[in-house]
This record gives sequence, C-alpha cells and structure tokens, in this order.
Amino acid sequence: MAKEFTFGVTVMPRKEVLDTQGRAVEETLKREGEPVVSARVGRYVELKVTGTTVKEAEATAQKISSGLLANTLIETFELKLL
Amino acid sequence: MGKSRVGVIRFPGTNCDRDVFEAVEQSGAEAVWLWHGDQFDFKGFAALILPGGFSYGDYLRSGALAARAVAMQSVREAASHGTPILGICNGFQILCESGLLPGALSRNHGLRFIDAWVDLKKAGGKTTFGAALKVGDGIRIPIAHADGRYIIAEENLKGLRDNNQVWLEYVDNPNGSIANIAGVTNAAGNVAGLMPHPERAYHEWMGGSDGRKLLEIWK
Repeated sequence: MAKEFTFGVTVMPRKEVLDTQGRAVEETLKREGEPVVSARVGRYVELKVTGTTVKEAEATAQKISSGLLANTLIETFELKLL
Repeated sequence: MGKSRVGVIRFPGTNCDRDVFEAVEQSGAEAVWLWHGDQFDFKGFAALILPGGFSYGDYLRSGALAARAVAMQSVREAASHGTPILGICNGFQILCESGLLPGALSRNHGLRFIDAWVDLKKAGGKTTFGAALKVGDGIRIPIAHADGRYIIAEENLKGLRDNNQVWLEYVDNPNGSIANIAGVTNAAGNVAGLMPHPERAYHEWMGGSDGRKLLEIWK
C-alpha cells in the first residue's frame, strides 16, 4: 500500500555561479557592521510524495528535484527524509 | 495564397503578447493566439513565438513552470519538425528551462532590473529570424529584464561556438552574461531565443525599428 513520505529539498546556487541574492544579503549585513563572512541564498521545498517504499519515494523526489525544483546547470540540491 | 500564420503563445503572466501580435500582423502575416493550457497542431504555422513577461510570476525560476505547460508539448513537436520558433525575454527563459535551448538565465550581475536600449551584433546562428543580417551587423533594440545573465558551463560554451549556436552578442554587456551572449539557437538552428525585445523596436516612433530585422521572416 502506498504511504506518504516527506522530503526536505534544499536547492542552492552552484558555487561557480555568482549568487547575486547571497551577495546582496552579505553586503547589507556587512554594511550594518555584522561579523558576516559570507551569505548564500537558496530555496527550501517540503515535498510530500507517495510510494510503497522509502526507496521508491526517494526516487520520485530525486526525479522531481532534478527535473523541476533545481536547474542543475546553475543549482545543486540535497534531499533529506523528514 | 493566404497569409503565413504565426502562433503567439500566451502563458499566465505573459505581458508582451499584444506587442508581438501587432508586430506579426504589421509584418504581413496572420497572428494567431495560442493558449498555454491547450495542445495545438503545429503544422498550420509558419513560425511560433513565445513572448516576454513573467509567466507564473517567475515562481521557482523564470520560465521553469511555463516550460511544463501543455502547449509546450506541441512546441517540442514543432521544434523537432524544424518549425522556426522564437523566444523573447521570458520566452527565451522558457525555452532554456524546457531544454529546447542550451544554457540558463540567471539574476543580472548588478542585481537590478535593467530597462535600456542596447547595441547588439549578430555573432552567427542558422536561424531564419534575422537571417538577412550578416555576421558582425549591428542592431539596436531594448532590454527589460532582471534575470538576463546567460549562463552555460565553460566546456559547453566551446561546443556552442563550434556549432554556430551563438546568435547575438551585446556590444556592452549589461547583465554579466557569459561571453556577452544575448541570444542563442539550438543545434538545428530553427529554435532561437534572445533577451532583448525586437517587438519594442518596430517603428521609428518607438525609438528605433531595428526589431523588424529579426521579426520579418514570414513574408
């Protein structure tokens, strides 16, 4: 029987791609005098999927993450079973 | 013989659709609205255009959700059959997100939305859009985007050049695009995309009419 599984998907800009949002946050914090070295801005998605096994659900989440949630040309992603 | 029919695809949040429609009509072709939620028979069209705007509010990434729209199945079919397809601004982003064009478009280097007239030069490309221009020819048309920085992996940039897929380049790079790229084509050359807006430079009273050089292909 199909069960529900929830994954946390963290999407981040690739290190070699300039993270403009992160840079804006970093510069603002530095201007305010905070002891900030760097800031990077990504995206967090909570994804609830159905599957008969964890493995199957994870494969689905993997497919969705690489297919839509992240553009792997410019972003990386990490899956975590919640 | 009847007029050539050119399909103009509307997504939720497209906002340059009317300008493109008028430009197509004024070029002597018949413009036909196509809806994102419907498939269509591509065989009846001389060309397809994906106009600019903010499809799906630019949620997730610019063009990412529109790339999965029902109409895109027909666009894919048309692309594989050699129909000329042009993506302008958000339309370019949609074509990249759908994998029909190489690369991706990311936030401008300077973080700001830029609305300005820019000088472009033709770098190559087999596309019928602007085919009358020679490599090195210049045109001046406006840009209006926040996510216009073209990105492609260094190792794929060489392939893009070797394949003659770099179509248009900025003379003064406004957004940090790799290798000053403003527009590219697919390997076959029938699918093309650019960030600047040729439909906003169609008459001298708009500030210039160089956009015609890219759009008047279906006469």
